[in-house]
Amino acid sequence: MTRPDPLPAAVIGAGPAGLRAAQRLVAAGLRPILLDEAAEPGGQIYRRPPPALAALRGPAALYGADAGRALALARMFETIRGHVDYRPQTLVWNAARVAGGAFLLQLRGADGVDADLRVRAVVLATGAMDRVVPVPGWTRPGVFSLGGAQVILKAQAHLIGRRPVFAGSGPLLYLVAWQYAKAGARPAAVIDAASLGAKMRAAPAMLARPRLLLRGARMALDLRRMGVPVIEGALAERIEQRGDGLVLHWRAGSRSGLVDCDAVGMGHGLKPERQLADLLGCPVVFDPRSGQWHSTTDAAGRSPVSGVYLAGDMVRINGAHCAEAAGEMAAGALLRDLGLARVSAPRRALLRLALARAATFRRGLEQAFALPPAAIRDMPDDTIVCRCEGVSAGDLRRAIDLWGPADLNRLKAVTRCGMGRCQGRLCGATAGALMAAEAGLPPDAPGPLRGQAPVKPLPLPIFPKGAA
Amino acid sequence: MTSAPAILRRRPRVCIIGGGIVGASAALFLAMGGAEVTLFERDRIGAHASGVNFGGVRRHARPAGDLPLSLRAHRIWHRLPELVGHHCDLATPGHLKLAETEDQMAVLEAWLPVGLQAGLDVRLLGRADLARRFPWLGGNVAGGSFCAGDGFANPRLVALAMARAAERHGAAIHESCRVRDMTPRAGGWQLDPEGRPPIEVDQVILATGAWPLGPDPLPDFRVGAPQMFVTEPVPLLHMPVLGLISGAIYLRQSQRGNLIFGGGQGSIAPDGRRSRPDPAGFSRTPALLQRLLPGRANAAIIRSWTGIEAHLPDGLPMLGPSPSAEGVFHAWGFCGHGFQTGPGVGEVLAELILTGQTATDLSAFDPARFATVPRRAPAPPGPDMESLT
Repeated sequence: MTRPDPLPAAVIGAGPAGLRAAQRLVAAGLRPILLDEAAEPGGQIYRRPPPALAALRGPAALYGADAGRALALARMFETIRGHVDYRPQTLVWNAARVAGGAFLLQLRGADGVDADLRVRAVVLATGAMDRVVPVPGWTRPGVFSLGGAQVILKAQAHLIGRRPVFAGSGPLLYLVAWQYAKAGARPAAVIDAASLGAKMRAAPAMLARPRLLLRGARMALDLRRMGVPVIEGALAERIEQRGDGLVLHWRAGSRSGLVDCDAVGMGHGLKPERQLADLLGCPVVFDPRSGQWHSTTDAAGRSPVSGVYLAGDMVRINGAHCAEAAGEMAAGALLRDLGLARVSAPRRALLRLALARAATFRRGLEQAFALPPAAIRDMPDDTIVCRCEGVSAGDLRRAIDLWGPADLNRLKAVTRCGMGRCQGRLCGATAGALMAAEAGLPPDAPGPLRGQAPVKPLPLPIFPKGAA
Repeated sequence: MTSAPAILRRRPRVCIIGGGIVGASAALFLAMGGAEVTLFERDRIGAHASGVNFGGVRRHARPAGDLPLSLRAHRIWHRLPELVGHHCDLATPGHLKLAETEDQMAVLEAWLPVGLQAGLDVRLLGRADLARRFPWLGGNVAGGSFCAGDGFANPRLVALAMARAAERHGAAIHESCRVRDMTPRAGGWQLDPEGRPPIEVDQVILATGAWPLGPDPLPDFRVGAPQMFVTEPVPLLHMPVLGLISGAIYLRQSQRGNLIFGGGQGSIAPDGRRSRPDPAGFSRTPALLQRLLPGRANAAIIRSWTGIEAHLPDGLPMLGPSPSAEGVFHAWGFCGHGFQTGPGVGEVLAELILTGQTATDLSAFDPARFATVPRRAPAPPGPDMESLT
């Protein structure tokens, strides 16, 4: 039996981290509120197709080697579902600290109705999104992010194209190309920004998770065996329309070439979804290795803001396996801080070991798949950086020249870069890196963008119909 | 004529504390007039209310005492390209003040002769006039007053553009630099900025917005944080800037199509320097917008923000020479309507300092007009007429 709680704990995000956090809280006798934007639990990694499509492709086809974990997580959730106040299709669009050490969460539910929720503690497991480094032509129809290409396959059983090119870097590059090949596409090429040398140098760190390293290597090998050209140390330069198709130009040092294709999937790894943490006042630190701003936590996932716990890829991009451990750990810290339960020492040691291994592996990935400085430094002026507001790299460079380099928030103020629907989730990191490169500043000097509610667009029926 | 105008042994040395629109425009006009100008800004140029306000460029419905300065500022707004090399997105679709009750309509009727006397193209509109001219307008509106030639500009650009132009005229602008102390010296003042050597100047301008400082005792004032919202771009309605006379909501549409609207107050952090919108405002203010723009098509709110303002009891700023300290000028506390007058304030201060006089009537702003009392804790502000416009 779970006891009623006048001021409950909330978990935001029902991916691997959020589900394990909820499980831990239920095990201690709480009835947590689990808030998630998606219709089904699992997060982006274990995203489920809608019921009508579920029969078409089973877990093995959807999740490959991760099918076992996906199933285990789904089965676990069925066992706790009755003890969780689970609210799918719910966007948490604002979060604030309020009187009495509580938190106010503002929600838009599946019915489109807004609600305010007061909680005494919150586990943020808000995951990550694609980091896309723009090239001229990236806004053309037919160009997708790697994660988007994967979602289309997993959730809709569709392909972005029959002959797609996948460009960028990171483990997702090979995984998505491989999944597309398995699903019947004939990838035209994989354009990998990481050189073979960089990957070899990072291999020792990645041995911290030998099975994962092996799996990545095997996927690359499979792709070559299937006749997919893999070009390493190469950057996509631009994407053009040609007839009904697309052509992607690439360059690797003095070598260059082009690939005909019907779609492009591109991405340079993932970036944490930090907006709610920002609104709650969680501090951030810049990591030159990832080239990104990260929320700070202690080893258990406590943020410096009392009552706020962070877990999974929204802290560091450690992947789904590690997110499960991080979610359990953060919930354990919450329980301990509220005096509700203690985690057994052996269990804690096991979780810590998993997290430490993941961190070592991740450092290897960051080394192997570091974003080449040229991708930002040599970005052509006509590259659209902020697609919401149509701000190009040239616009940004001219603004830096005209108004002086100060910080990213000022660059946003004078150019509108990051002021559109996505509020800088897509362009913020690129604009910051561009400012640092252009002005010769250290990479952290531009600072992060200030977060403002709502974290995602909040539709309101306010515009007169038939106006204009 | 007042005391010996500074026709001078040397250039007057002026320090401006505060880099909002007031400080930046003072820096510009003083530097253009030949003064040696140093400006210290604790944060960034235009980082507070000057950079995040509603952006209203409005002479309409201002207090009579505010009008001479406002009219002067209006002329400067149209000279921005020549003065600062940028039009700062100035647009003048007019300003519409709406009354919901007959009592409110009487307020607009009472202001009409004031506006006409000042030479403004202002007229009263009844319910039927409103319906004809602005067919999209909803709400239970009794009538309104329309002032042609008013409009809006981009607050994110103006203070910064003025500061950059001032630098081109030789002003020294120091951002992220707090002035720790100011002490009288023979014939002037010594200022002690953090992380920089002290400087001696002849005159000091206190352009510190909602954070007054200086040698004079402070009058009773309160601070508020008007909150604003913006939607994604929607088709252009070709609307004037408009607002309810109650101050509950004010609205404009950017040239890009975003609806920018404000209303209500956010909360200010204990440090007094940061603020954020009131969560309840997300339902309250958009509901008012729905009344003004009734319709069924969705427009998504994409961002919200606040800025911090100081309000004096009579709703007018502290502007003019210090009653007690030679060489010190007040220019703060603009009560939510300093954006439009900002460029005029800088020009007037430059005149005062460089020639000892100004043609613009500043009597309503006299810093000596209040019996000074010790400052009390900030109280929550009441509704304002179009805060921060």
